[in-house]
Parts: sequence; C-alpha cells; structure tokens
Amino acid sequence: MLTKRIIPCLDVKEGRVVKGVQFVSLRDAGDPVELAKFYDEQGADELVFLDISASHEGKETMVDVVRQSAAELAIPFTVGGGIRTIEDMKNMLRAGADKVSVNTSAIERPELIAEGAAFFGSQCIVVAIDAKWSEVDDTWMVYTHGGRRVTQWTAVKWAQEATRLGAGEILLTSMNQDGEKSGFDIALTKAVRDAVNVPVIASGGAGNAQHFYDVFTQTDVDAALAASIFHYKETSVKEVKSVLREKGVSVR
Amino acid sequence: MKIGVIDYGMGNLYSVEQALLRLECEVFITSDINMLNQMDGYLLPGVGAFPDAMRRLSELCLDDYIKQLATTNKPLLGICLGMQLLYEDSKENGLTKGLGIFTGNIQKFDELDSQQNRVRIPHMGWNPLSFTHQPEWLDGLDKEDSTHVYFVHSYLAQNTRQHEVVASSTYAGQFVPGLVQKDNFTGMQFHPEKSGPFGKYLLAKWVKQVKGRRDQP
Repeated sequence: MLTKRIIPCLDVKEGRVVKGVQFVSLRDAGDPVELAKFYDEQGADELVFLDISASHEGKETMVDVVRQSAAELAIPFTVGGGIRTIEDMKNMLRAGADKVSVNTSAIERPELIAEGAAFFGSQCIVVAIDAKWSEVDDTWMVYTHGGRRVTQWTAVKWAQEATRLGAGEILLTSMNQDGEKSGFDIALTKAVRDAVNVPVIASGGAGNAQHFYDVFTQTDVDAALAASIFHYKETSVKEVKSVLREKGVSVR
Repeated sequence: MKIGVIDYGMGNLYSVEQALLRLECEVFITSDINMLNQMDGYLLPGVGAFPDAMRRLSELCLDDYIKQLATTNKPLLGICLGMQLLYEDSKENGLTKGLGIFTGNIQKFDELDSQQNRVRIPHMGWNPLSFTHQPEWLDGLDKEDSTHVYFVHSYLAQNTRQHEVVASSTYAGQFVPGLVQKDNFTGMQFHPEKSGPFGKYLLAKWVKQVKGRRDQP
C-alpha cells in the first residue's frame, strides 16, 4: 500500500532560501541545496522548490539550484514558480527536476497543461491551485498571481479541468488556512480529493504533527506539504512521521 | 568500473548518472556500440511511452545489442520503462513487441478495484517491497530493513513467472512486480535513484555484482 507523503516546501528567491534561518546546524541555511539535503536525511518523501525570484538572473540561478539538488538528493522533487512555457518545463526537467508545477500560467493558458503532459508525461505535470472560500459563491474560488487575483474558476471545477487536460497531481493550497497554523482545510481538501482521480497534496495551515494526522484520517489525501513549521523547527519531518506511525498512519 | 547508460533519447538521465557517480562508477551515456562493448555493466533507463522507446532502440540497433547481452556475463539493469522493455510485449498505445528477456506482458493498471472503486493512476509514491526470494547479489538483506521505494508508473508487468519476480508491491489490490531478475538481467519498476537509503542500497548491491562479474568472468 502507498504511504502518505510528507513534503517540505522551500521558497527560493534569487537562489537563496527565503525562510530557514533557524537552521544553525547547517553550514549555510540560506543555501537551498543544503536545506534540501537536510530534509532528505530527515526522511522527507519529496520536496517542492518554489521559485519566487522576480529577476531574470534569479530564474537562471534556479536552474543551477535544481541541477545541484538533483546531484545531491535521493528523493523526487518538484519545481514551481514562474514556469510559463514548455521551454521552461524542459529546462527544469533536464536539470533534474522530477516534476514541474504550474499555477497562474495554466489558468491563463490551460493548453499548457495538455502540451506539458503530451511532451513529458502526466506524471511530470503538477497543477498548483490556490483556493479561498467565497461566501458569495458558497464555494472555494481559485486565485492567481500569488493570491492577488480571483478567477472565475471554482477549486473543484478547475481541479477537474486540469486533470482532464493531463495534470498528474494537484497541489492544493488553502489561502484561508495558509499561515494560520491551525490545521489543514479539511473541507476543501475533501472536496477536491473526491472530485479528481490523481494524487492530491494538501497545503496550508499545518501547525503541528496532529494536523497531519487529521488531514490524513479525515480525508483520503495522498500527501501533505508544509513550509514554515519545518523551517522554524516547530516540528520536524521525523517527528511528524513518528507521530503518524504511532497512530497507525502508513508512512515511509 | 564502467557503467554504460544506454542513451536512446528517452527520459532524464541526469539523476541516475549522479546516483552511479556517488557509487564511484565511471559513467558513459552513449548509444555507440563500440563504446558499449567496453563497458562492465549497463543501465537501461526510460521515461515515456513503450512504442516510441522500442522504435528508437531499433533505429539505433540497440534492441539486438541488448538481446545478445544474454550470451555474455555482463549485467544490465532496466529501470521503470527500461524494465518494461525487457518483457515480451506491451499494450501501451496498441500492441508492441518488447525485448523478450523476461516472460510476461506490460499492461495498464485496472481502472477499477475489486470493490469497483476508481483506482488512482499513475501508481505514484512510496510503497514497500515484499521479497519472495533473494538473488545472489542481494545477499545480506536484513528482514528488518524498511523496503520502501519510489514508484511512478501507469503500466505494469503481468503474467510474470514467479521465479523471475524477486520482490513486489501491492497497489489497489493488484500485484506489482517491483524487482525482477533473470540471469544477468535485472529490472526495477521503481526508481532506485529516487528511493532514499534503500534505493541507494539496492543500486550499490547491483554495482557490486557488476564488479564481481567483471573480476570473475
């Protein structure tokens, strides 16, 4: 049986990790490759690098980060942020990324998903969805541009459309829960999980190990992602996994 | 030790090259038969569709080259699609003949399980291997070891021979051959280069076998 995956996410800006200052044990906690190796050794099942560089140089640097990570890591990893074309996908996959994730660019031009899936295979194409509850619409709406712009898509409809086009996985972030540390958005996760037939990663809201247990037992989600609680050592991948294991959730 | 990574234009060879370099192998990524002749062992990688892969292998005359390795003592390891190519045929996008080293056929995961639930395809993530027997090169495998490996695939080997399947996993009620072995041919359906410490262990053991066979031809 497949185990539930625990995925730390690293925000990288101009080649440096934006968070992660608490890692005094590392030679250089700002180095994404060092931090990625640390998580690999801790038992992370997978990693996500989110490139938030604004500059062209920053994006070039990201390719080097990916190449170095692929040389050092023994686990799969995804690269997202600013991937807009097949060429961008190719650059990251050739540099050694296992998957690429697209967000705004896929909403703007959904064929990007189909083209990527045809070219590289569905298993390489992750569609990241930022969703926020709307009282007016009585459902979760999809946002783009780092959560600044609302779209016409509901989270469930967009997840279905993305999967139909060939997305191999959905990375679902709850904007309501993100940064709150009060737990994953169970209702949102469940709604999207039940609507598609590809793996779904829950993201946004993890504050402790129990929250991972909750999302894995209250929904049938495949993986859960967190950033700051791992970076600031509020918990560790190791601790999350040992709590899950003790409570009978299957983990590696 | 010289490992030839057979390059037929399918998939990303960087990660697997790096994994072999970490095991102190000399790695040559090539489709040149003269070059391949000088190698001690071979790695057949692969991501993509079965028919394209067979067509490319045949265009480069690598299909016959791989088959004739059965008459040598040199080990070959097929990973993911590279393992599937070693079977008789595949139903991916029509029926395509494979290299026919192993007995069995490649087909898609069933879309419904026995309770008529939809199965999530691809089979993607970490799944433990159950070992039914141990090939010589894997001696010393500790029963207590965590055997989780990383899988990503939509097609799998079926109608396999029990004695050729060393280890398997279960997904959605289906038997998934994970590690297969016949003479000097090994196949891994999972990605050992992405499978953490256990993947590294398996690769290291395989590499050690290459060395053993080189030194004792």
